[in-house]
Amino acid sequence: MDTEFASDRPARAILLLSISYLLLGLLLGVIGGFQYLLPDFLKESFSFQRSRPLHVYLVLSWIFTGAQGGLYYYLPRVAGKKIAWPTGAWMHFYLQLVISVLIMAQLFMGKFGGREYLEFPPIYGVLVLLSWVPLVINFFATLKPRYQEAPVYIWSWSTGLLFFYITYAESYLWLIDYFNGNIVRDTTVQWKALGSMVGSWNMLIYGTAMYIMEKISGNQKPNRSALAFSFYFLGMANLMFNWGHHTYIVPAAPWVKTISYFISMTELFILGNIIWQWKKTIQKAQLHYHLLSYRLLSYADFWIFLNLILAIIISVPAANYYTHGTHITVAHAMGTTMGINTMLLLASIFYIAKIGESSPHKRSEKWAGVLLLIFNIALLFFWIALLGAGFQKISNRANQVVFAEMMNQSAPYFKLFTISGVFIFGALLGVLIIAIRSLAKTKKQISAS
Amino acid sequence: MLKIYVFSTLFAAYSFYTVLIYLTGTKETAPTNISFDSKAQEGKKIYQQYNCASCHQLYGLGGYLGPELTTDYSNPERGPLLMRAFLENGGQRMPNFHFSKEQIDCIMSYLRYVDATAVSYKNPYRNGY
Repeated sequence: MDTEFASDRPARAILLLSISYLLLGLLLGVIGGFQYLLPDFLKESFSFQRSRPLHVYLVLSWIFTGAQGGLYYYLPRVAGKKIAWPTGAWMHFYLQLVISVLIMAQLFMGKFGGREYLEFPPIYGVLVLLSWVPLVINFFATLKPRYQEAPVYIWSWSTGLLFFYITYAESYLWLIDYFNGNIVRDTTVQWKALGSMVGSWNMLIYGTAMYIMEKISGNQKPNRSALAFSFYFLGMANLMFNWGHHTYIVPAAPWVKTISYFISMTELFILGNIIWQWKKTIQKAQLHYHLLSYRLLSYADFWIFLNLILAIIISVPAANYYTHGTHITVAHAMGTTMGINTMLLLASIFYIAKIGESSPHKRSEKWAGVLLLIFNIALLFFWIALLGAGFQKISNRANQVVFAEMMNQSAPYFKLFTISGVFIFGALLGVLIIAIRSLAKTKKQISAS
Repeated sequence: MLKIYVFSTLFAAYSFYTVLIYLTGTKETAPTNISFDSKAQEGKKIYQQYNCASCHQLYGLGGYLGPELTTDYSNPERGPLLMRAFLENGGQRMPNFHFSKEQIDCIMSYLRYVDATAVSYKNPYRNGY
């Protein structure tokens, strides 16, 4: 029987908050999809200029907050004692709740900072950084990590926290004239900060996935192996240096591009390892298929495979020249945030909510399994539609077709991604209702005990 | 200790690389006589205040609902006249933001400056790519 800790309650509250971000973010994504399809849809009252930043803010918040909630739950279990500052966990929850309401209100009212990903006014960026402080204090004060012996997920979580602060701060350097006054520097540093920020949340989420994997298999060895650390350091090098493949087209110094090209190509080792381990992965997946958390980890494996191939292709300068600025980049972003990050975070939530582990949840477990399958199929169509729209743009650019005509010719792909987006929303809504009910149930059980 | 050495080395390399990027990697390389003057600076502010990046890209940063604007200014198919018309009236998907004439001038100055720096866009293989 799993021991319950006092910090499980704020952990669940934070996870419920993250789920609400995802649901709202998906809804806004669907609205955005319809705005692609129907040019007049909410054009004046709630234009894409507002729906997109809200969608982006909410889905990014889902990713970060989902990882944070998981950390609050896992910390006492890894340390074998209660967290150092339980009040801090609640403080984190309330701070984040208030800040996100304020940010959404700003974006809804059309008050923007106007930067990609972080489109809210800069002052809220400071508040976001502040909201992470209780988590950082709890992480280090609870674990007091001794890195020489620590398993790889503790390295991964620590790196994620450290680089979130570094990259988030870096993304606001544009407020200084030295950066803002030079478009090449401003754009390069923005790509650098955002590219590495993606790496920071990947570190948080991959750490969680490795921890869950250890708990499910009961085998501690893989997370302490030389191979696990080799891939962790490879991932870290990519976090630090591979962002440059976004800047092939920016007139920065050529060595920036060369370095990132070579680093990006190291992802071939990861791809090679996936192919090498393929049979073993399938066997393990079959063994643990009844566990929904494990099934989600397996779905994530599939998406890692697809997106890694895409990432490697678009990192090759000759291919990047064509794919840059097309929906192929969006396919990569959606494949990683929805296919990999969301799948892993859902695995974490299912693990915490104990969905698929005990009989009271059996019916819901069956439903969750079906809905997850629908979600993955819809996501595959969504991904293919984005690739299709990207290839359409490449072809139209080559033939010098004007933008409005290109949008008309891309309409079938927009239809497909909007329809599959509706299915993604519907399937995830069902999955998340099951997750919310299970999280709330477990919460009541803790209160009762 | 090996893990800590590897981490420290990578982190030191990252810090050094970051400084290099800030100092020498991002010097303006465009041979342009168009400066980022006060009008262009104001244009950039307006571009951000109205969140134009939601639909338009500059150097690949931004959304895809509208066209990429990096080299629109010198694009013979589009150019300043068409850009000005969109800013004044909106378009099929673009709302009319009711910009003042001064605001439109500033945005145009900013996009003119961006266009002038975009040498790698106009000749993508100049830098060896």
